[in-house]
Amino acid sequence: MKIKVDMDKCQHYGQCVFEAPEIFTLNSADKLEYLAEADDSERANVESARDVCPMQAIFIVD
Amino acid sequence: MNDPVVIVGASMGGLRTAEALRRNGYLGQIDIIGDEVHQPYNRPPLSKDVLASSVSHEAVKFPHALTESNTNWILGTKVVRADLESKKVIDAFGNEHPYSALVIATGLRARKLSLPNSDALGTHVLRNLDDALALRAELVPGAKVVIIGAGFIGCEVTSTAVGLGCEVSIVAADAHPMVAALGTEFAAQLQARHELRGVTYFLKNCVTEIVTEVSAQGPKVTGVKLTSGETISCDVLVQAIGSHTNTEWLQDSRVDISDGVLADGAMRAIDTSGNVIPDVFAVGDVARFPNPIFDDTPRRIEHWNIPLETAKRVGQVLAAKFIDDQKYRDVVEEEFAPIPSFWSDQFEMKILAFGNLGLADEAKFIYGDPADECVWGYYRKGVMVGVCGIGMRSVVQSYRMNFTTQTKPIQN
Repeated sequence: MKIKVDMDKCQHYGQCVFEAPEIFTLNSADKLEYLAEADDSERANVESARDVCPMQAIFIVD
Repeated sequence: MNDPVVIVGASMGGLRTAEALRRNGYLGQIDIIGDEVHQPYNRPPLSKDVLASSVSHEAVKFPHALTESNTNWILGTKVVRADLESKKVIDAFGNEHPYSALVIATGLRARKLSLPNSDALGTHVLRNLDDALALRAELVPGAKVVIIGAGFIGCEVTSTAVGLGCEVSIVAADAHPMVAALGTEFAAQLQARHELRGVTYFLKNCVTEIVTEVSAQGPKVTGVKLTSGETISCDVLVQAIGSHTNTEWLQDSRVDISDGVLADGAMRAIDTSGNVIPDVFAVGDVARFPNPIFDDTPRRIEHWNIPLETAKRVGQVLAAKFIDDQKYRDVVEEEFAPIPSFWSDQFEMKILAFGNLGLADEAKFIYGDPADECVWGYYRKGVMVGVCGIGMRSVVQSYRMNFTTQTKPIQN
């Protein structure tokens, strides 16, 4: 599974971090970091993260 | 064949409920009835990007995969009545929609001043996409804007309008902006930061009159008179004084709508005798439900993540009800304890919160610089019930884990 975050849209609220902690983190400068590729077992979590993103900036690119 | 699941309300809560039903294995028909003509869209950008730039519905609509023939979008259609005995809802065109289960997702609508001319040209509210588009057209550089109300919407519109070159005044009955959520000290800090950026405050004040002039299109707002006796002139008046629950269509039903729709922890509606109505559910801003993180008092929570969390819950419970009796009984007993979260962008400040700040009897500055990036804790009888920060999101997030029913919350 490939994941893309539109970094122009992302406001680094970090809501995604709690839904898919293996994929999304806020670094010490409060900026979002994420894995662009993940195992399919993470799909449900990443879908939740996508849904909870206030800016709707997370996309799952299969 | 069973009657469809009918979801009344086609915003985020309605959409996410339908998606959760599918995810949990419900394959039957779903009818989603909404009074707006638009497919579901994301509201947070309305007070920011949509006001500030030429964003359209296309840019804010939620992508979704509910396009199969047994998901029926009935938009531009207002439901006016529910008949729980015959299990159907009736829309404003007189059409009846029978249901096997009903999901109430009708949310809120913006409140207006109960004064003459609250609909005059130049007056606005902000709840829907069409509201945002209408307001955007009038936020031109140099426009004099008066905002009534200093809550989330009032503060965010202020920030956006100042950014667009407008001259903004805020009138509010409260002592400080967002004081109900943030507490006096933090709210006073926020106010000082707004004032530094040119916002003028008229606090502990109410509007007594909307002043208008005659125009070819009808009365047009030119100012407001306040309880203090002052008159402020304006080109644009934004009424950001809270909301009403959209529950009038349930008035003749037995659903308890004393403040939104009362629901249990499985998001099943409760009737006026206190009994669960097993085939009626509620999600989103309109739902009043208990949250065991805090106590057993049902509350409505108007925060971003609640429509999503309550929709997931209904999808899980309702799909189980259709598919597997034993699973339904188990799922209903599971704890439902979503952690409320909100954020707000005001000028360069990024405010982020977790928990229910409004329950606190004490707010304490806990980290950072109160005049710059900072974190505040909110306590009820010494137990943390909320955390809120300007910036410092990693620190704010680190407190989120306190808001569970398993871990004992941090003692003050």
